[in-house]
Amino acid sequence: MNDYVLFGVLPYVVVVLFLVVTIQRYRMKAFSYSSLSSQFLENQHHFWGSVPFHYGILVVLLGHVLGFLMPKAILAWNAEPLRLMVLEVTGIAFAVLTLVGLVNIILRRFSSRLTRKVTTRGDWVVYLLLLIQVLSGIGVAVFHGWGSSWFATNLTPWLWSLVKLSPEVQYVAPLPAMVKLHVLNAFVLIGFFPFTRLVHILVVPNPYLWRRTQVVIWNWDRSRLRNVD
Amino acid sequence: MDVRSQISMVFHLDKCIGCHTCSIACKNVWTDREGTEYMWWNNVETKPGTGYPTRWEDQESYKGGWKTDGRDVELRSTSKRKIVPNIFHNPAQPSLDDYYEPWTYNYSELFNAPEGDDQPVARPVSMITGEPIEVEAGPNWDDDLGGSEVYAANDPNLAPLSDQQRQQMKAIERMVMFYLPRICNHCLNPSCVASCPSGAMYKRGEDGIVLINQDRCRAWRSCIAACPYKKTYYNWSTGKSEKCILCFPRLEAGEAPACFHSCVGRIRYLGNVLYDADRIKAAALKPDDELVEAQRDTILDPHDPAVVAAARACGVPDGVIDSAQKSPVYRFAKEWKLGLPLHVEYRTFPMLFYVPPLLPVMSVSEGDLVRSDVDDLFADIEKARAPIGYLGQLFAAGNEGKVRYALRKQLAVRIWRRHVTVGDVPEEAARQALAEADCTAEEADEIYRLSALATWDDRFVIPPFQREMAMEMMTDPHEHRSAAGFGFRDAPRRS
Repeated sequence: MNDYVLFGVLPYVVVVLFLVVTIQRYRMKAFSYSSLSSQFLENQHHFWGSVPFHYGILVVLLGHVLGFLMPKAILAWNAEPLRLMVLEVTGIAFAVLTLVGLVNIILRRFSSRLTRKVTTRGDWVVYLLLLIQVLSGIGVAVFHGWGSSWFATNLTPWLWSLVKLSPEVQYVAPLPAMVKLHVLNAFVLIGFFPFTRLVHILVVPNPYLWRRTQVVIWNWDRSRLRNVD
Repeated sequence: MDVRSQISMVFHLDKCIGCHTCSIACKNVWTDREGTEYMWWNNVETKPGTGYPTRWEDQESYKGGWKTDGRDVELRSTSKRKIVPNIFHNPAQPSLDDYYEPWTYNYSELFNAPEGDDQPVARPVSMITGEPIEVEAGPNWDDDLGGSEVYAANDPNLAPLSDQQRQQMKAIERMVMFYLPRICNHCLNPSCVASCPSGAMYKRGEDGIVLINQDRCRAWRSCIAACPYKKTYYNWSTGKSEKCILCFPRLEAGEAPACFHSCVGRIRYLGNVLYDADRIKAAALKPDDELVEAQRDTILDPHDPAVVAAARACGVPDGVIDSAQKSPVYRFAKEWKLGLPLHVEYRTFPMLFYVPPLLPVMSVSEGDLVRSDVDDLFADIEKARAPIGYLGQLFAAGNEGKVRYALRKQLAVRIWRRHVTVGDVPEEAARQALAEADCTAEEADEIYRLSALATWDDRFVIPPFQREMAMEMMTDPHEHRSAAGFGFRDAPRRS
């Protein structure tokens, strides 16, 4: 029953919350969509936090998405033990990179009086949730190995069952507690996401890659010359 | 031909007295909020000096502006390739230390301190954290050459001068300095706009004012690194970049920007010019010493019937063409060739032009000494206290001829006016000075009038335009104000 609430109901609550709040926040308070960078106030330690964290988390997240989108390909890749090892080691390496970055980010927030000034309660919630997520993720990888394979056999079908609106929690029910913690905390993060600075992920500047170099905005139609009669 | 109108500016440096009234006017109107205390959208620097932020002209470390290989131009600080690593940590981003930590004083201590043996003092406290701090730098730390061994000596523009010239600039008998007021240049080829990953920065098509859409800025901070003049600033509190908006709400109401309006020395001129946007790319590819001329070539003669016709075809309203014809900026920058852009080698084509300072004219350097006498009122500009090489670095990307031309013409105007008003200079000599400076008596009188006697209406020729929501550029702002009033984003209509 508990499993059903946590893995069959909570994900829907969280996703609805995520969609409604992010969209509404963008419509009503677009001004609040910002990465809230503090590099201006502290420029050295910033590098050792932000850079490893972002590269690490991007690769790790990409791994999760691939496991969700192409489980068969992952399983086929893992059929060879050497390739499985390569995948596992790569995953752990980038997870550790993420952890190093995150720890630096948190230390930096404490160490400088200027960064303390711009750190809000929402930031601390984000850091705590991220820390739980990264630590539990590394814990899963170390103590319950070959996650890339059992993710494809257990979590992917469960996630797809959620997408198909008929949750089949029997896939997650038998998993170890640490895996469950990792999964649950992920949904808690998604729930907090729209209320925190994490929304900057939604506005990453991909148009920059194909837009024209200069931006000129006209408030009127240039082809129609308008003069006083 | 793509004719557009651009609000542009002239600062007459010989008239600047370095009073900082412009900076204060701007600060009081725009940057007295949390997160903006350290920003000076308008600041006044002493030259030679390192400026604000410290050594902003050193693009080897700040990476501002554009660079070219003759075939293409690209930003020094970022690009479509570099944006991915830059977005997590921008290596060219200046930090608070490069500006200064804003502070105030704990004035209440003066009144509330308990009775004691010592006089109560007001300690400096940080305007960011509120904690007591030791003040180590300020936005104008080297005002009037203060600490010049540290500051003026580190001015990047001194690079081309010989050791002897540097020693001469320092010698007490011929110490030289002048003031350089700076605001956003509202460039034709703005590197801040080109660098903005979010597309939040833009140039207003109608008047060329460069703005940041606060709702779209995401604090990726690219503009701060990309602007070579360091005139976009990061608001650490809101997580948005901010910059000089050329007081567009005032312009739309027919008023001059606050810094222009408050200028005590009346050094500031504002008006629109017509330019050909199609010529910018080719101009940016020119070698350094041709850039001043290339930028001038983008500015079109608003009296030329062909230009007027092209402007109308490009949708420039008659009222805007009309004000371009009266623009003082066109006269200074293009017609008289007195106005020069600051550091045109950054290739952003700044639309703020400086009339280079002639500095004290009634004195000559002789060896290590300066002689002032009435027999030789106007010295040769080659002997001027500020080496032309130094001014050339600032205002002509090293092309000293452009500076020499502007200085010689200013000097000729003075000689001519001396002849007209005092009469102790023979007419023949005065006319010869004019001829040598490529100037006529009529032109000299015009320059004199616009430099010395200009009224509000001469200095500020504001093209007709309304607020952004109903930008029709056809109503005279003064007329509109009396008819409709201001303060509404939409027309105040009964529904």
